Amino acid sequence: MSETSEWPLWEVFVRAKRGLGHLHAGSLHAADSRMALHHARDLYTRRGEGVSIWVVPAAAVAASSPDERDAFFDPAADKVYRHPAFFQLPKGAEHL
Amino acid sequence: MNADHHYVLRLGDDALIAAQRLIQWCTRAPALEEDVALANIALDQLGQARALLTMAGELEGRGRDEDALAYERAESEFGNVLLVELANGDFAFSVAKMLFFGAYQNLLYQELSASAEPTLAGIAAKAVKETAYHVEHAALWTVRLGDGTEESHRRMRSAVDEVWPYTHELFTGDEVTEAASIAVRPESLRPAWSELVDEVLTDATLRRPEDGWAPTGGRTGAHTEDFGYLIGELQVLHRAHPGARW
Amino acid sequence: MRHNGYSAPEPPGAAELLAEVEATAKDGLDRGRAPLGPGEHTEDELLAHFEAVVAADEKIEPRDWMPDAYRRSLVRQLSQHAHSEVVGMQPEGNWLTRAPSLKRKAILLAKVQDEAGHGLYLYSAVETLGVDRESLFQALHEGRQKYLSFINYPTPTWADAGALAWLTDGAAIVNQVPLCRSSYGPYARAMVRVCKEESFHHRQGFDALHVLSRGTKAQKRMAQDAVNRWWGPALAMFGPPHEQSTHSEQSMRWRIKRYTNDELRQRFVDICVPQAEVLGLTLPDPALAWNGERGHYDFTPPDFDELRRVVAGDGPCNRQRVGNRRRAHEEGAWVREAAVAHAAKRREGVR
Repeated sequence: MSETSEWPLWEVFVRAKRGLGHLHAGSLHAADSRMALHHARDLYTRRGEGVSIWVVPAAAVAASSPDERDAFFDPAADKVYRHPAFFQLPKGAEHL
Repeated sequence: MNADHHYVLRLGDDALIAAQRLIQWCTRAPALEEDVALANIALDQLGQARALLTMAGELEGRGRDEDALAYERAESEFGNVLLVELANGDFAFSVAKMLFFGAYQNLLYQELSASAEPTLAGIAAKAVKETAYHVEHAALWTVRLGDGTEESHRRMRSAVDEVWPYTHELFTGDEVTEAASIAVRPESLRPAWSELVDEVLTDATLRRPEDGWAPTGGRTGAHTEDFGYLIGELQVLHRAHPGARW
Repeated sequence: MRHNGYSAPEPPGAAELLAEVEATAKDGLDRGRAPLGPGEHTEDELLAHFEAVVAADEKIEPRDWMPDAYRRSLVRQLSQHAHSEVVGMQPEGNWLTRAPSLKRKAILLAKVQDEAGHGLYLYSAVETLGVDRESLFQALHEGRQKYLSFINYPTPTWADAGALAWLTDGAAIVNQVPLCRSSYGPYARAMVRVCKEESFHHRQGFDALHVLSRGTKAQKRMAQDAVNRWWGPALAMFGPPHEQSTHSEQSMRWRIKRYTNDELRQRFVDICVPQAEVLGLTLPDPALAWNGERGHYDFTPPDFDELRRVVAGDGPCNRQRVGNRRRAHEEGAWVREAAVAHAAKRREGVR
């Protein structure tokens, strides 16, 4: 499939009701933020009332490194909180 | 003539047939997220259909419930507009149908939610919120397809041009809408509908089509050839087991 | 849409499974294990830490170091699971336009929509491992990645939709409840959400069959016929016996998988027998009998040769199911491209 048909990844955060904070609900693919919000309502809230949704491009999420707490934060925080090495599915391998 | 019954029955038929067409996108939508969205819209329409058909049955007073009305009437007894029965075509065609019909429904339900008839008002109040979402969904897509690639623009333009003639029936009154005490005069919805549709089409870099050919007949049971297949499929299993419960 | 007007009683055993799901949602939280500490670590140290976390039933999260083989196993298992949800929309999707009552139509539509949603949750989970969703679709369309074998059978009657839901959702729940304790955080969390929704699906299938078995002679025959055809594929869902299963051993050590195929299959049979009795339908296995010594039902294992053939691509519907996915994806390309082009034009481009 052509790259021009691929939609970028968005992370979805939902606040179920007043008094709570936004929690990470999952992710979805969309071409822009309005579609991402619109789809997030369908997927993660089934359009419940009074719910607040944030969508953030996954590429914009900065993450701290694992296994480091309190005083040991690495100043060079990484860009993506997913696994750093991109995984290629080998072609021709069966039952992968 | 029991005009109130006929009026509510048509609205139920509109929603039922719209739902049936949307259901045909299930497992075939252009993206998984869209499969979920279209199924949600279909579920909303189906819910409206069930509530309206049930109410129509009660108004009729002959003991027909939602299933008797959906599965045991002949094609010529359905009063939905032709627009909703049109085959789905490509995604652009379905988006055009959804935009034009959804905008009409949303305006209609806004009026009906002020109805003196409490059951109808209740159904309409819920449906206003649902159809607002449907219109938003269709508008987002109309704009993205209209102002996307050359191919999507071409397809969306064709879709709008081909569906347009069928929109006139939405705003055409008749003896039923004149006689029914609970009816909203469909003509009254046209100005607001026009304004909304114009805005979306402009944003989508699409021209509003010229008014010309204006097919009608759905409201009086004169349907398209496609409708026969749609109803056949909808009713076949139910009819194969007369009297059975499911 | 959640329907509460069930005509059938609650299927025996269902409440217990749901309670297990609720319990696992509270488990697996960090018990304050000391982190590795800053600086470089040897591969041995990383592996030891990883194995200690897993052995303590704590969660591995996306940014944690993990052995390549663990990551590969997870990608395989999660992808297969995600594909199964999406391709699995088709057998029941076959009955949406023809559902015999509006209530059943709405229930079935909600179920099929849920399955799309589950696919999306699971693809989200695989993507945390650094795989691109598009490449997974390609692997599915090209036959390099698989999905659950039962999806390759047809649903020629309405009763098939009910039997499929009762049996295969039932089997899926038995399989998935332990996965709520999976060592990989995103998978475990997705499983808790999926399990809760799937118990509703299972109940609906049970309910639909219950009505049929108490209906007209033709309906009862339809129901029994469907159960006769779906029992085998449902049993085969648990995969080959443990000793023939290439991936199981490793998956179990790493707590990606918590029980053997055989243990899960036995649990499923034990649950189904009383449920079939409530339904008033028989399971098509003359050897099915309670074994007091073992404390389980004896049963005839499924045809594993047939399973192999179906998994290899020669089931009745493989080509049709995969073809439908490939076609939907290809025919939808111009739509997805339009959305991308629009975003770029309106200067929204985020990459």
